Amino acid sequence: MAEFLQLLINGLAVGCIYGLVALGFVLIYKAGEVVNFAQGELVMLGAFAAFTFVVQFGLNYWVGLVLAMAAMAVFGGLLDMVVVRRIVGQPQFSTVMLTIGIGVVMRSGAAMVWGPETRSLPTPFDATTFHFGGVVLSAVYLAILATTVLLGLLLFCFFRFTRMGVAMQAASQNQLAAYCMGIPVKRVLSGVWALSAVVATIAGVMLAPISLVDTNLGAVGLKAFAAAVIGGFGSVPGAVLGGILLGLIDLFSGVYLPQGFKDTAGYIVLLAVLVVCPQGLFGAVGRKKV
Amino acid sequence: MGHLMEVRNIETYYGPTMAIRGVSFDVTQGEIVTILGANGAGKTTILKTISGLMDPQKGSVAFEGRDIQRMDPNRVAGLGISLVPEGRELFPFLSVRDNLQLGAYLRRDQAAIASDLERVFEYFPSVKARASQPAGMLSGGEQQMVAIGRALMARPKMILLDEPSLGLSPKLVKEIFEIIVRINREDRTTIVLVEQNANVALQVAHYGYILEMGRVVMADTASALLEKDDVKEFYLGIKDKGVRGVRRWKKRKTWR
Repeated sequence: MAEFLQLLINGLAVGCIYGLVALGFVLIYKAGEVVNFAQGELVMLGAFAAFTFVVQFGLNYWVGLVLAMAAMAVFGGLLDMVVVRRIVGQPQFSTVMLTIGIGVVMRSGAAMVWGPETRSLPTPFDATTFHFGGVVLSAVYLAILATTVLLGLLLFCFFRFTRMGVAMQAASQNQLAAYCMGIPVKRVLSGVWALSAVVATIAGVMLAPISLVDTNLGAVGLKAFAAAVIGGFGSVPGAVLGGILLGLIDLFSGVYLPQGFKDTAGYIVLLAVLVVCPQGLFGAVGRKKV
Repeated sequence: MGHLMEVRNIETYYGPTMAIRGVSFDVTQGEIVTILGANGAGKTTILKTISGLMDPQKGSVAFEGRDIQRMDPNRVAGLGISLVPEGRELFPFLSVRDNLQLGAYLRRDQAAIASDLERVFEYFPSVKARASQPAGMLSGGEQQMVAIGRALMARPKMILLDEPSLGLSPKLVKEIFEIIVRINREDRTTIVLVEQNANVALQVAHYGYILEMGRVVMADTASALLEKDDVKEFYLGIKDKGVRGVRRWKKRKTWR
């Protein structure tokens, strides 16, 4: 029982990270019809940015975090303004190639700047653990859960109550109409990229104590992509729940299923979901007319 | 006095296809100007060109004496031009109230926005009853009302209406056109009305242009257009039997 509870909490935490990365995918996809295959690399860069500020510059952890988020927001916005915007309106295939290319460039760039070694990002909670009955909970995992819930609430309020948030919703639901309302759609889209990069940074920083920081951190993007598809690409709550589902499957299958299932179980579930309900669990009813 | 908007020789393309072949027309402040034409005549393209959604290859669009062709659509909206696009183009998952409020996106005067919202609800009582529902759930007629209301929320100087009668029952068409006339009378808002339904459009408009194959083929006051034989026959479906019953296929449009 204790083992089950512990797996549950850890699975939820890992799932939250997947969910946040998936959220980044979904935000960009909904707003600009671009599937950003470099989302995992944004996570990696975010973690490296935090590493730079906290470890290399020796700043306070929280200050470093905020600076990393700000830097990544600028980076994400610029990425859209300078590179991605030029390919809007081209066939979907070009955007796929473009974002994959961006991902490769980012990974190599990171290797050139920070080197290929694996780094660790110390957090204020590293050594802290809590004991409840037989369950040992590490503060890192609890912090991940709390951050995700908080971030979810913040994002909800942002999209519901702020001018920019409503403009983002409008632009993602009907770009043409948003333009006619006087919403500067291009700037809003860059804003979405910035927001998505910030979410990716938070995910990267949360992932750092679990899996260390190196240039392969972006591999989480693949899992998150699966999570977004399970949730029905385009649904924000779906992305987070899909991520949590995958996280739980990851941990439970690693313990309760035979060796080797840890890495495949998630994708088996993905295939099953796609067979049973092709729009994903929370996909919009009625598909896009072509 | 100059016109509120002057369109001069615009040519607009869809890729290699020329949709507008050199169209010029004027819109006078406070009037309802209608542009009539069959499918594919280029009516919608003209509105898209004015509102900045498409850029003309040649020609100019001057609004209040200022060239606006090739301006981004959000900046054109900022000048006081509101487009009610063909097919309504609402934000389907936002509530009706949010849709209307997005119409006032560029305005900051909260109190006036609230009173304008009330006015839109007064124009369209059936929309008020559904204010908190997602706009995608509304019927076609109600969606059209929301689309017009959303344009009004910007307090525009000029409204571009693209086929407001599309897919609506005759009763609803009548209701919507009554509101259009009210908007024009009460606020002196200039309206450019693009229609296939020539009869209704000419009833409410002051001036009309007839568009065929991307060219203006006739321009006159609405009342004069209603009297022209060609317009009667080809747009209003009123056929003059003639003394000896001239067969329809013998008749040629005077502008061809």
